[in-house]
Amino acid sequence: MTLSVSLKHAFGGFDLDVTFQAPAGITVLFGPSGSGKTTIINAAAGLLRPDTGCIVSDGWELFDTAKNHWLPTHKRRLGYIFQEGRLFPHLDVRQNLLYGQRFAPNSAPREDLGRVVEMLGIGHLLARRPDMLSGGEKQRVAIGRALLTSPRLILADEPLSALDGAHKAEIMPYFERLRDEVSVPILYVSHSAAEVARLATSVVALDQGRVVQTGPAAEVLNDPMLAPLGVRAVGALLEAVVTAHHDDGLTELDVGGQRLLLPRLQRETGSRLRIRIPAHDVILSRKRPVGLSALNILHGTVERVRSGNGPGAIVSLRISGGTVLARITRRSATALDLEAGVECYAIAKTIAVAPEDVGRG
Amino acid sequence: MDWLSPQEWQAVLLSLKVSFWATVISLPFGVGVAYALARGVFPGKLLLNGLVHLPLIMPPVVTGYLLLLTFGTQGPIGAVLQDFGIVLAFRWTGAVLAAAIMAFPLMVRAIRLSIEAVDPKLTEAAATFGASPFQVFRTVTLPLILPGIIAGAVLAFAKAMGEFGATITFVSNIPGQTQTLPSAIHAFLQVPGGESSAMRLVLISVALAMAAILVSEWVSARIAKRVAGK
Repeated sequence: MTLSVSLKHAFGGFDLDVTFQAPAGITVLFGPSGSGKTTIINAAAGLLRPDTGCIVSDGWELFDTAKNHWLPTHKRRLGYIFQEGRLFPHLDVRQNLLYGQRFAPNSAPREDLGRVVEMLGIGHLLARRPDMLSGGEKQRVAIGRALLTSPRLILADEPLSALDGAHKAEIMPYFERLRDEVSVPILYVSHSAAEVARLATSVVALDQGRVVQTGPAAEVLNDPMLAPLGVRAVGALLEAVVTAHHDDGLTELDVGGQRLLLPRLQRETGSRLRIRIPAHDVILSRKRPVGLSALNILHGTVERVRSGNGPGAIVSLRISGGTVLARITRRSATALDLEAGVECYAIAKTIAVAPEDVGRG
Repeated sequence: MDWLSPQEWQAVLLSLKVSFWATVISLPFGVGVAYALARGVFPGKLLLNGLVHLPLIMPPVVTGYLLLLTFGTQGPIGAVLQDFGIVLAFRWTGAVLAAAIMAFPLMVRAIRLSIEAVDPKLTEAAATFGASPFQVFRTVTLPLILPGIIAGAVLAFAKAMGEFGATITFVSNIPGQTQTLPSAIHAFLQVPGGESSAMRLVLISVALAMAAILVSEWVSARIAKRVAGK
C-alpha cells in the first residue's frame, strides 16, 4: 500500500479515530464538514499534532508517535494545493512555480519546469503576477507549484470548491492527468460526489471522525450506506466507451454492451470514460417501458433493496457493465415487488448525467 | 555654504549623522521586536509591548535621565561599557542611543502593522513547500513587509532628527559634539540676536521633515505596487 494513515485525536468534544490504506493515485477523503477531513490533512501537513498515530507515504514516514518521530512541516517533502491557491503575491508565475524547488534536497527527482508548464497549459502566464490570473489559472499554477516541489506526498484541500462550475470543469482534467501520470500519492479532500466520481482512485468516506467506508471509488460510491453523507452523494459509477457522435447533438456510449445516450461530449470515439448517474435521477420499471421520452433504458437484475426509517429506499441494480443505483420510495419498492433476483429496467434521462460527472476512464 | 554659519552647519550635519546611525542600528531590533509582538507567543509579551512604547508616553526628559542613570559612566551598563572603552554620556554616540530609543516605538509600530497584514496562510504555505522558518521569513514575510520597514525607518529617522528632550538631558548641548539641530535652535533662542540663526535651522527642520515624509510615501507606494504585483 502506498499511503497508510492511522490517527487518533480528540479535541473540544470531537474525536477522530481513523485507519486506512490506499494505493497510488488520488485518495479522496470524502465527507460532510466536521467529519475529520481537515484534521487528517493538517496532520499530514504537520500543522496539527495528533494524540497518536502515523502517516507513511510511499515508504516516507511523515510521523509516527509510537517511535516519537515527527518531521516538521518544511521537512515533509509535500506538494500542497490549497483551496484558495495561495500563490505568493510578490512573485510572478514562474517564481511561484519554482518556489519549492530550491528547498528540495539535491537527491530528489527534479520535475521539469517545461513539462509541467506544458501539461498545465500555463506557458503564456509565466511572466504574470498572481493578481492578473483568473481563478482557474491560479489553481493550475498551484498544481504546478506543488508538482515542482519534488513532493513525496501531494495534498489537495478542496482545490475546486472556490471555483465556479466552468472553472471546475477547466481544472478537473488536470487532476485526472495528475492521477494518471504522477506516481506520488495524492490525498485529496472533497465533499463533492462529482469530484469523487471523476477523480478518485480510492475513496475514504468519513463521518463524525470515523471511516464509514473505504475502497475503490466505484465500490464506495455505489454503496447505499453512504446515503447519510448526503442523498446527492449516492450514485453509480460506470465505465463507458464512446461509440458514436450523432447529428442531433447526442453522444452514444457503450456500457457493458448496453447503449447510453448523453448530450454531446467532446471526447473521441473509442475513448474510455467514467460516468456517474445520481441515484435520485434513476427510475425503475418491471417491464421494458414503451412510449417514454427517456432515451436511456438499462436492463439488469436487482441485487438488493435497502431502506432506512424514512420513506425512501435505494435499489442496487446489477447490469452487464456494473451497478446502477436508484432512489425510489419504499411504497414503490413494495408495489413493484422489488427484491434480490428480480429483473428490472433502469431509466435515466439523457440530461441526468451532469457534465462534471463525466471523466476520463 | 555660507548661508549657514559653521555652528549651524555643524548642527545640521550632526543631526543627520545621529539620525542615520540611530535608524540603521535600531532597524534590525525594530524588525525583531515587531515580529515578536506581531506573531510571537511568549510570557511577558505585554511587558515588552509596554517597554517599547514607554518612551512615547513618558516625558522625554525622564527617558534622558534614565539613560544617564543607566548608561552614564557611573551607571550599571555605562560602567561596563567604559571598561571596553565605550562612553556614551555627553558624546554624539549617546545622542544616537537617545534618538534610537525615542524613535523606536514609531518604528516598531509601523513594522508591526505590516507584519500583521501578512496572511499567515501564505507563510504556512511556504513551510509546506519546504522553507524553514528562517527561509519563510526571508522569502515571503520580508518582501511583503518591505513597505512597512521603509515607512518605519523613515518615520524613525524623522523622529530622530527632531529629538530634543532625552538628547539634551543625556548628552547635553555641546557645540560640535552633541549639539543637534533642535538643541542648536534651543541654544540660539537663549542668546540675544540668535533669532535669525534659529529661523534658518527651523526652516531646514521643516524641509527635512517634509522631505522624509515624501520620500517614505513614494518608496512605500512603489514597493507596495511591486509586492502586490500590479
